[in-house]
Amino acid sequence: MVAFTPVSGLLGGLIIGLATSLLFIGTGRIAGISGIIGGALAPRRGETAWRLAFLIGLFAAGLGWNILGGGFTVELQASTPVMLLAGLLVGFGTRLGSGCTSGHGICGIGRLSPRSITATVVFMVSAGITVFVTRHLVGG
Amino acid sequence: MLQIIVALLAGLVFGIGLIVSGMVNPAKVIGFLDVAGDWDPTLALVMGGALAVSIPCFRWARGRERPIWSSKFQWPSKQDLDARLLSGAAIFGIGWGLAGICPGPAITALNSGLLPVLLFVGAMLAGSALYQFTLGREG
Repeated sequence: MVAFTPVSGLLGGLIIGLATSLLFIGTGRIAGISGIIGGALAPRRGETAWRLAFLIGLFAAGLGWNILGGGFTVELQASTPVMLLAGLLVGFGTRLGSGCTSGHGICGIGRLSPRSITATVVFMVSAGITVFVTRHLVGG
Repeated sequence: MLQIIVALLAGLVFGIGLIVSGMVNPAKVIGFLDVAGDWDPTLALVMGGALAVSIPCFRWARGRERPIWSSKFQWPSKQDLDARLLSGAAIFGIGWGLAGICPGPAITALNSGLLPVLLFVGAMLAGSALYQFTLGREG
């Protein structure tokens, strides 16, 4: 059971928006994390260092938060085999579909791109159906 | 060099946003996706908050020649709603719905020290590489 947390949700969202804006206005790059990871796997001159730096920052946020005593909750929702399958689908699907929640959902919709709006609707509905099937139809 | 520092900072701020919003916790994400269950609308507010900043920012950038510390804006060029976009988004959605984790939170949540998160990230990299060596070669 998870409680609705509107204030921290909105605040966290504003911070995320600030991060994507800083990257674009500062460097002209889109903060799409699946694309950043994909690009880091296939290094291109001049496009690798910033990607690795962004990923290090993303990791360091969790590390620093822990070190400073903040701590954060991660409640796993799936068994290890399902986590492996989910990781594969997320890795493959985001590359095939050119983006994930950050690239399409925040930056793409942020640019009012019809392609990203469509992708976001599709992955939200697909994820919603998946949750419905796994939580309410099988197991539950 | 300045670009690298800005990217590091952006990643750091992004991760802080994920933690503050609670999106680093898969239970919050599944709580949003589970509309037929005990629905938690938080994720919608996170997206709303992020878009409240990014929409005006991108609009402002359109009128500018170039970014502050780089020579040009890398505006995404693809426009078409093709089968790749739709099937990729659908496949990603299945994975996201199964685990409640997408690529950004996965990286930040590595600090939870939970082995399944590390395995998820490993599988995600494998999935990304698999794309690169198969369908990614054509496009």
